[in-house]
Amino acid sequence: MATVSANPAIVAHATEHDHHEPQSFWRKYIFSEDHKTIAKQYLISGILWSIIGISLSVMFRLQLGFPNLKLGFLRPVLGSWINETDKLDPDFYLALVTMHGTIMVFFVLTAGLSGTFSNFLIPLQVGARDMASGFLNMLSYWFFFIASVVMFSSMFIETGPAAGGWVIYPPLSALPQAHKGSELGMTLWLISMALFIVSQLLGGINYITTVINLRTRGMSFSKLPLTIWAFLLTAILGLISFPVLLSAALLLIFDRSFGTSFYLSEIYIKGEALPNVGGSPILFQHLFWFLGHPEVYIVILPALGMTSEIIATNARKPIFGYRAMIASMMGIAFLAFIVWAHHMFVTGMNPFLGSIFMFLTLIIAVPSAVKAFNYITTLWRGNIRFTPAMLFSIGLVSFFISGGITGLILGNSALDIQLHDTYFVVAHFHLVMGAASAFGLLAGVYHWFPKMFGRMLDEKLGYVHFWLTFIGIYLVFFPMHYVGIAGFPRRYYAFTSYDFTKNIFADMNAFISLAAIFTFAAQWVFIYNFVNSLIRGKRATQNPWKSNTLEWTTPIIPGHGNWVGEIPAVYRWPYDYSKPGAKDDFIPQNVPYSQTPESNLPHENELISLESEIEAQNLNDQFKQPH
Amino acid sequence: MAATVTHDTLTTDSEQVFDKKTWMGGVEPMKVSYGKLMMWFFLISDTFTFSALLVTYGLIRYSYPAWDPAVFGEVFKFSNLYWPTPEKVYNSVPFLHGVDLPLIFVGIMTFILIFSSVTMVLAVEAGHRMDRKDVEKYMLWTILGGFTFLGSQAWEWSHFIHGTETGTTITELINGQAIQRTIFGANLVENQYGPPAFADLFFFITGFHGTHVFSGVVLNILIFYRASTGLYERRGHYEMVEKVGLYWHFVDLVWVFVFTFFYLV
Repeated sequence: MATVSANPAIVAHATEHDHHEPQSFWRKYIFSEDHKTIAKQYLISGILWSIIGISLSVMFRLQLGFPNLKLGFLRPVLGSWINETDKLDPDFYLALVTMHGTIMVFFVLTAGLSGTFSNFLIPLQVGARDMASGFLNMLSYWFFFIASVVMFSSMFIETGPAAGGWVIYPPLSALPQAHKGSELGMTLWLISMALFIVSQLLGGINYITTVINLRTRGMSFSKLPLTIWAFLLTAILGLISFPVLLSAALLLIFDRSFGTSFYLSEIYIKGEALPNVGGSPILFQHLFWFLGHPEVYIVILPALGMTSEIIATNARKPIFGYRAMIASMMGIAFLAFIVWAHHMFVTGMNPFLGSIFMFLTLIIAVPSAVKAFNYITTLWRGNIRFTPAMLFSIGLVSFFISGGITGLILGNSALDIQLHDTYFVVAHFHLVMGAASAFGLLAGVYHWFPKMFGRMLDEKLGYVHFWLTFIGIYLVFFPMHYVGIAGFPRRYYAFTSYDFTKNIFADMNAFISLAAIFTFAAQWVFIYNFVNSLIRGKRATQNPWKSNTLEWTTPIIPGHGNWVGEIPAVYRWPYDYSKPGAKDDFIPQNVPYSQTPESNLPHENELISLESEIEAQNLNDQFKQPH
Repeated sequence: MAATVTHDTLTTDSEQVFDKKTWMGGVEPMKVSYGKLMMWFFLISDTFTFSALLVTYGLIRYSYPAWDPAVFGEVFKFSNLYWPTPEKVYNSVPFLHGVDLPLIFVGIMTFILIFSSVTMVLAVEAGHRMDRKDVEKYMLWTILGGFTFLGSQAWEWSHFIHGTETGTTITELINGQAIQRTIFGANLVENQYGPPAFADLFFFITGFHGTHVFSGVVLNILIFYRASTGLYERRGHYEMVEKVGLYWHFVDLVWVFVFTFFYLV
C-alpha cells in the first residue's frame, strides 16, 4: 500500500483539529455530531416522552380506579374522547394503554435510557474522542426524532392512535374495519416504529464499533467498566432483534394496505367473510416476540450496567464478581433469544414445546440471581455513601428481585394458564423491567449530571424524589399482584359487571390509582430539580464522586474530543476502591501501577513492565487520523 | 481510512494479528477500520431481516400440502389446494414462447448475479493494487451484472403477473353459491398458480431482495463515479470499494437462499 502519511491532503486534515472553527448554533446544538450533545438530546426527548407516557397511564388509571368518576375535567386535553356523559371513550381507553406501552418501552426506556447513556458514556469511559461515526450518530437521533413526531401526531387524528396494545397483534391490528385504532393510527404507528428501528440500528452499529475499535491504550475488554459491557451487549441484542420486528412490521403493512394474507386467515367480521386465507396470526406473535423478549433486556441491561458502576463507587468497594457480572450479562443476552415463546404459552402451542421454553426461561433466573447476589455482596460491609444515585441503584436491586421472583411463577407454562394477561403480569413486568429500568435511568441522571452539565443536582430534593417514588411504586404494583391473582384481565375498560369485582378489588383498584397519581406527582420534584439545577445548581468539581472511570479525568465540561491533549492510558480495572495500603480510597484507571507501589499486589507489580508497551500503543486517536 | 494509517505504522505481518496487543486497546483490532466493521454489523442485522422473512415463508409453505400425484391426480395442474411445484411455474424464457424450460431463466439470472460478485472481487483486488483503470473496468461489469439481474427479475415478475394463456379456473363461494371463474396470472390477492400466499411471499421476498440489489447498484454507481474521478486515488486507498463489495456479496448470498427456497424446495 502507498505511504499514506506522505499524502499532503491527509496531513493537512490531521493537523486542522488543533484550531477548529467555532461552529454555528445549528451545528453545535441541533444537528450536532458530538456524542455528548446527542446524548443530551436523547435525554431531553426521553424526559418529555416519559411525562407524556406516564400522564396517559394516569388517565386510564382514573378510569380503572374510579369507574363512576365524571371525567369532564379532562375534556380540555382529550376533547371528544370524553363523551357526553363525561365518561372516557372505551375505544380511546385502548389507545391510551397502547400508547403508554409503546412510549414507555421504546421511546423512554430504549431511546431515552440506552440512547442517552450509551452515547454519553461509551466514548468517555473507553477513552475515545467521539463515536466511530459522528454522522451516523446524528442520523440515529434524527430518525428517532422523526419517529417521535409521527407517533406524537398520531395522537391527534380523528380516529385516534393505534389501539391494539403495544404488541399490535393481528388480526385486530391488520384490519382497519376491526377497530378505530386500527385505521390511520395503526399505519402511523407502523411508520413510526420502522423509523425507530432504523434509528436503533444506526445507533447500535455505532456503539458496538466504538467499543471494539476506539478503546484507549491499555483498555482491554477485561478492564472495561461494566457499564460499557452492558451497553455493548444491549447494542448486540438490538442489532439482532430489531430487524425481525422490521420484517414483521413490513409484512403487517402489506396485510393492512395491499391485500396480502401473511397473518390473516378465515375471518368473519361484521357478518362478512374476508377473502384472506393461508396466513397465521401466531406467526406474527413469533416474529414479534423474537424482538419483544430481547427488548426487555435491551431495557434492563443498561440500567444494570450503570447501577453496577454506581453501587461499586458509592459502596467504596470493588464490584463483587466482576467477571461473573460480565458472564451473567452474556448469559442473559444469549438466553434472551431462545425464550420468546413463553409469551405465547396459551396460543395453543404444543405443551411439549411449552415445557422446553419454560425450562429455558427458568434458566434466566440463574444469571439474574448471580447479579442480584453480586449487588448485595458489593454492598455488604461497604463504606456506603447514600447519594441519590446510590439510593436509586439500591432501589433497582430491590425491584429487580421482587419483580424477578414473580417471573419464576409466570415462566411456568402451567401457572401461566391462570395468570396470562392478568394484572399479575402487569405488576411483574412493571417492577422488573419498568420500574427497575426507570430507576437505572434516574440513577444515571443523578450520577452523571455533573459530567453532562457541569453542575450538581440538589441532594435533598433527590432524597425526597427517591423515597416518594420508591414507596409509590411499591404501593402501585404490590396490590396489583393480588388483583391479577384474582383473575382481573389487563386491557379491560371496566370491571363493574361481576359481584366479586365490586367489593374488595374495586377498593384495591382505587388504591392503586391513587398511588399512581401520587407517584406521578412525585416526578415533578425531579423535573423541578433537573431544570433548577441546570440553571442554578452547585458547580461540579472534576470528580465529585471520587470515581475511577475515565470520564472523570476529562475537564469539568468536556469539549470537542473530550480530553485536552493526549487521551489518558489505562493500566488497571475500574474498581480499585478502598485498596489496602493505598493512600486514597480510590485509584483511577489511568494511574499506573508504578506510581502505587504501596498498594500493588504481587501480580500487579509484574504488570509494571507492560506500562511502556501500553503507552506506546497509541494508534487509534481519532484526532490523529483522517476521518 | 483509519486502517491504512495503522498499516504503515504497524507491521503487516500476519502473525502479529493475533498478538495480545490486538485487544489491549489503543489500536483497531486486526486493523479493521470502523467503516468496515460497521458494514459487517449492518450485514448481521440484515441477515436477521431476511431470516425472519424466510421463516415466514417456511411456516406458510408447510401449512399447505405439496402436489401429490396419488391424491391430486397424475398430471400436475395449478390449484389453490396445494403448493405448486416451482418447475411448473417458472418454466418460461423470453423469446421462447410455449417451450417448457423449467428453471432455465432463473438459473441464468442466478449465474449473472454470482458472476457480478466475481467481477466485484476483481474490482476490490484491483483497488488493492491501486489500479484505477481496472477498478473502473470491473465496477462497470458489476453494475452491468446488477442491472441485468434487475431487468431479468422485472421480466420474470411481469410474466408471473400476466400468467399463462389458458389461466386457471377457480371455484369461489360467494353468498353461499359456488361460482367458477378463470383467473390469469397472480397479484397480491389472487393467484392462478396456487394459493394466494405463494404469490404474496414471492412478490414480497423477491421484491425485498430486489430492493437490496437496486440499492447495491446505486452504491456501485456511486463508487464507480468516485473511483473514476480519482477520489480514491487521492485518498490513497480503495477501501470504499471493499465495503460496498461486502454488501454486494451479501446480497448475492441472500439470493442463493431465496433461490433455494422458492425455486428448488
